[in-house]
Amino acid sequence: MDDALKKKLTILADAAKYDASCASSGAPKRKAEAGGLGSTTGAGICHAYTPDGRCVSLLKILLTNYCLFDCAYCVNRRSSNVRRAKFSVDEVVTLTVEFYKRNYIEGLFLSSGIIRSPDHTMEQLIRVAKTLRQRHGFRGYIHLKTIPEASPWLIEQAGLYADRLSINLELPTEASLERLAPEKDGAAIQTAMGQMGERILQAKEEKRRFAPAGQSTQVIVGADASTDESLIRTSARLYDHYGLKRIYYSAFSPIPDAASILPSKSPPLQREHRLYQADWLMRYYAFSPDDVAGATESGMLALDVDPKLAWALRNRDRFPVDVNRADREMLLRVPGLGVRAVDKIVAARRHATLRLDDVARLTSGLKRARPFLVAADHAPTRLTDRLDLRARLAEPPRQLSLF
Amino acid sequence: MQARTIRLRAGADLEGFRRAIRRLVAAGVTPEAVTWIAGEAASLFPEDDVGEPGPALALPRAVAALVPPVVLHRDPERYGLLHRLIWRVAQGERHLAEVASDPLVHRLALMRKAVGRDLHKMHAFLRFRRAGAGEAGRERFAAWFEPEHHILAEAAPFFAARFPSFDWSILTPDGSAHWDGNALCFGPPGRREDVPEHDSFEAGWTDYYSSTFNPARTNLAAMRAEMPKKYWHNMPETAAIPGLVREAGRRVGQMIERAPEAPVKRVPIRALAAMAAQEPDSLAALNAVIRASAPLVPGATQAVLGEGPPGAAIAFVGEQPGDQEDLQGRPFVGPAGQLLSRALREAGIDRDRAYLTNAVKHFKFEARGKRRIHQKPTAGEVAHYRWWLDRELAFVAPRLVVALGATAVLALSGRQVPITRARGPASFGEKPYRGFVTVHPSYLLRLPDDGRGEAYAAFVDDLRRAAALAADPLPA
Repeated sequence: MDDALKKKLTILADAAKYDASCASSGAPKRKAEAGGLGSTTGAGICHAYTPDGRCVSLLKILLTNYCLFDCAYCVNRRSSNVRRAKFSVDEVVTLTVEFYKRNYIEGLFLSSGIIRSPDHTMEQLIRVAKTLRQRHGFRGYIHLKTIPEASPWLIEQAGLYADRLSINLELPTEASLERLAPEKDGAAIQTAMGQMGERILQAKEEKRRFAPAGQSTQVIVGADASTDESLIRTSARLYDHYGLKRIYYSAFSPIPDAASILPSKSPPLQREHRLYQADWLMRYYAFSPDDVAGATESGMLALDVDPKLAWALRNRDRFPVDVNRADREMLLRVPGLGVRAVDKIVAARRHATLRLDDVARLTSGLKRARPFLVAADHAPTRLTDRLDLRARLAEPPRQLSLF
Repeated sequence: MQARTIRLRAGADLEGFRRAIRRLVAAGVTPEAVTWIAGEAASLFPEDDVGEPGPALALPRAVAALVPPVVLHRDPERYGLLHRLIWRVAQGERHLAEVASDPLVHRLALMRKAVGRDLHKMHAFLRFRRAGAGEAGRERFAAWFEPEHHILAEAAPFFAARFPSFDWSILTPDGSAHWDGNALCFGPPGRREDVPEHDSFEAGWTDYYSSTFNPARTNLAAMRAEMPKKYWHNMPETAAIPGLVREAGRRVGQMIERAPEAPVKRVPIRALAAMAAQEPDSLAALNAVIRASAPLVPGATQAVLGEGPPGAAIAFVGEQPGDQEDLQGRPFVGPAGQLLSRALREAGIDRDRAYLTNAVKHFKFEARGKRRIHQKPTAGEVAHYRWWLDRELAFVAPRLVVALGATAVLALSGRQVPITRARGPASFGEKPYRGFVTVHPSYLLRLPDDGRGEAYAAFVDDLRRAAALAADPLPA
């Protein structure tokens, strides 16, 4: 690998890292054909972890970080003075194939700054994916970023070669978009999401290959004044209307050469974490957006307790719950019990009566669960009425400084 | 009961365990009476040969599923623990494996999880290095890996499915796996030195790893939880970690403290204006886009574009190009097209002054011998192409659009409507033109001879009505 290519890679990986999406999951199981390369297992694989704790699954790069747009939160906006570079289609293909052969990556995540026009940019992205699939018989994972301003037929062609497509919402309100991302159009973003959602669904029904791992999006947290409640309600609507697979919450992070409109400060990582937990509650724990909203304090999720615990503390009259009797839905509402723990409880109690020790073997969250649970040998002594319960269960403030 | 010692092969001996456990259960030997020894470990007790298998054991599925992964675990107690599980199941606790809270089941579940995690980490963290050329000029790669459990045989097929096109070897302290493009085979343990020391992409990969790290989010505990240190020495990129961590604080401080700089480049006014003008601004520009696009379903020779003068008063929309259209690159030139031409003539419509196009621009077929049998486009495919149809008709701006057949109706209106119900003047939603629905001429070709004459006459009659409508100016 020559130095010029290495230098481009450094610039264009640095430029792509603020996109939180990393998943390589959701594609159907595939094997390479004779002479081809790559497979997908369905579950996704993280091939390394960087010191920020995030996984490296796909080669996540931009085709170029030259950009005509001027989105204030973005390191690549046209008014930023960062170093610029541009890959050729073949360079991206070579990097993907050679990295893949060495088992460094699951595939490619390709995005780009807008050069010349959204259509031109989208065409280049599609050419990379098409070359990988057709010339190299590449069966690994491909995630293409979709440019919502591109013509609808191009957006739809991307789905022929990509496993996952994503359009970033970036900011949850029309007003914030207007202020911080003047070239973007909230209506166009949602139209494109809707269009893609429709195509993906239709292809599934017709058993055609079209973005089989669905679509996802990203929202930046902390760049505008949106509350957690409004973010969660936006998410619920997106999951509902467009059948999104994932919404990524990305804590707004200081960037080199930041715009003056957004002062640089440490990213709100704990807030991001709580939003993911709230998102999970809606997707896997049957919480409604109203339930989540009910766990907030003037629209914001608590940072010292997780949203499920916050909800339980507000709804103490629904507890304690008998681990040997309660239905699955109610067990899912017990703080500290995850979906898998609940399923094991439901299976085990058919053949045994569960004591507190038994529950301890099924979850690592017993400390949080205990005040809300009744087991064969345990009944909380009015713990749910105690005023200091929250303080006893809260996490110590997380170490947010760096070391 | 007499104490017994069962000796199994070193590593994971699923077959030996299976044979032994059948005999032991059949003979009513309790787990307490058995000492299991794997491999070369010396034994103080008289040894029992594994010998002939006993009768097959009918185990509940959840129990049977637990055995193979647990056997791969390196814990010397693994066989004894499985024996205890199977013994209790055989004694009547048929649902034992479902009681995840039972201490024995819990321990076995943790062992299975550890093996699963080890497998997953091997798939993730193993790194190949280029090792010259293999057989017949094929590329060759090699890797050194130290799994925690006896998982090599279980892990190798994943690599065969993923990397069939080059030769590779995976060496571990317990054994090796080799792929030659056809078959996977296993050999003796390898040595780290047998794998090349360098690879020309490793420096680039480490650069990538370093660049994708965001210093403002440093979280070492999260990294170590997912990528424990024991794996690091076989992963080249981890050499960058100390430097990245050391520099992170300084880099973040710099980003936060540095005052925003004024942009050095001017606003690219002309490029921005050009960007706004990406929409095809003429029928020719649109056609160029269509021509350059790959067919949604592969196979077509070329895109078949619409034909006729812009500004035509009447436009006809068919389904998709057929065999002849695909070869000649013109719409309505096959048998159905010829029938349409005849009907147009009889209805007094000049084909050259009408606009003819299709809802779908590429031929979709199934090859049967030398013949290419037309296949109806799906609703999803029609939807893919409707953008172009809409733009095309906007450029042509006809007064009346005639949908020939159900696919055209679907493309124009977005709805599935039976032709028999919709036939005649129609509305395709809020469009700047009138609509009209009739059958597709290929439908006439498929009718038996005795019905065709009547249907053809009705078709010509429809075309006459359409022509009259098209002559009528649109209401203002």
